[in-house]
Amino acid sequence: MSKQIPVIEEILSANDLIALENRKLLDAHGVLAVNIMASPGAGKTSVILRAIESLRGRLRIGVIEGDVAGRVDADKVAQTGTPVVQINTGGGCHLDAPQVQSALRQLPLSEIDLLFIENVGNLICPTGFALGDHLKLMVASVPEGHDKPLKYPGMFTVVDALLLNKIDLMPYLDFDLDAFRTAVRALNAEAPLFEVSCKTGAGIEDWVEWLIRQCS
Amino acid sequence: MHELAVTQSIMEIAQRHARQAGAQRILAIHLVIGELTGFVDDSIQFYFDVLSKGSLAEGARLEFERIGARVRCHGCQAEYAPPDSRLWTCPSCGALGGEIVAGKEFYVASIEIES
Repeated sequence: MSKQIPVIEEILSANDLIALENRKLLDAHGVLAVNIMASPGAGKTSVILRAIESLRGRLRIGVIEGDVAGRVDADKVAQTGTPVVQINTGGGCHLDAPQVQSALRQLPLSEIDLLFIENVGNLICPTGFALGDHLKLMVASVPEGHDKPLKYPGMFTVVDALLLNKIDLMPYLDFDLDAFRTAVRALNAEAPLFEVSCKTGAGIEDWVEWLIRQCS
Repeated sequence: MHELAVTQSIMEIAQRHARQAGAQRILAIHLVIGELTGFVDDSIQFYFDVLSKGSLAEGARLEFERIGARVRCHGCQAEYAPPDSRLWTCPSCGALGGEIVAGKEFYVASIEIES
């Protein structure tokens, strides 16, 4: 005999529960966690390195690096003396809450004010998986083109702030800044957009000031 | 790629509810997936066929109910389906953007079992 049984259970509920535990752990230590998402090569690690440089003596930083393989990014961060944990997803296209939980256990949380969680380079999957972060930040970059918001709307709708990186390349490329701004606003009316260059340092200070305000 | 982890989660939820109901076998799993979640039916089906072998769910039918995206205009409160690959502008008043009110669903709605 067959029968129908109602379930109504979120498929990602197991991940969501661990994300909630991560959030509680972060809150208990007074750590603000920022989940940084972008395409590969947009400059996630570069903006983190710029922030570390600028915030020295002002906020204590920690970093979780998510990559498919290797320690390239973690090594760059470690050279600055910042506590860092590398997660290798082994082919996985995003970080999930259990991975972040195990990384949090390896960090000196009581000595950290601001934790950057650098997600795997991908504009789709990272938005589907809660980590327990307080803020989501997207790094877009000029060489990717101004049409990214139209092609990957999901990520633009969930972020609390956006960086447009590599603005020093604007004179060499056909990037339509007004079209980009309008497309971003259509998807996200609230999030501030910081136009920056990690190469020259332009705009970084405005973004860092914003980060400091989020921590206080 | 991440459909593997997601499919494991679907299996876990379906089998737990099936065992609680004393099922011999799971005949069908009804999934509700919003268009904005980015999860791919074919990929879930592929992993399901592999993972379900030898389990309560082997041979079960996966039924995908797709929920289209809906946006509520900030300006006039009208609801509309956002266009693909074009600016999200309200067809009623022309205002940019709006609040997403549907399209992010991702849950197991029900299962059909043999008891």
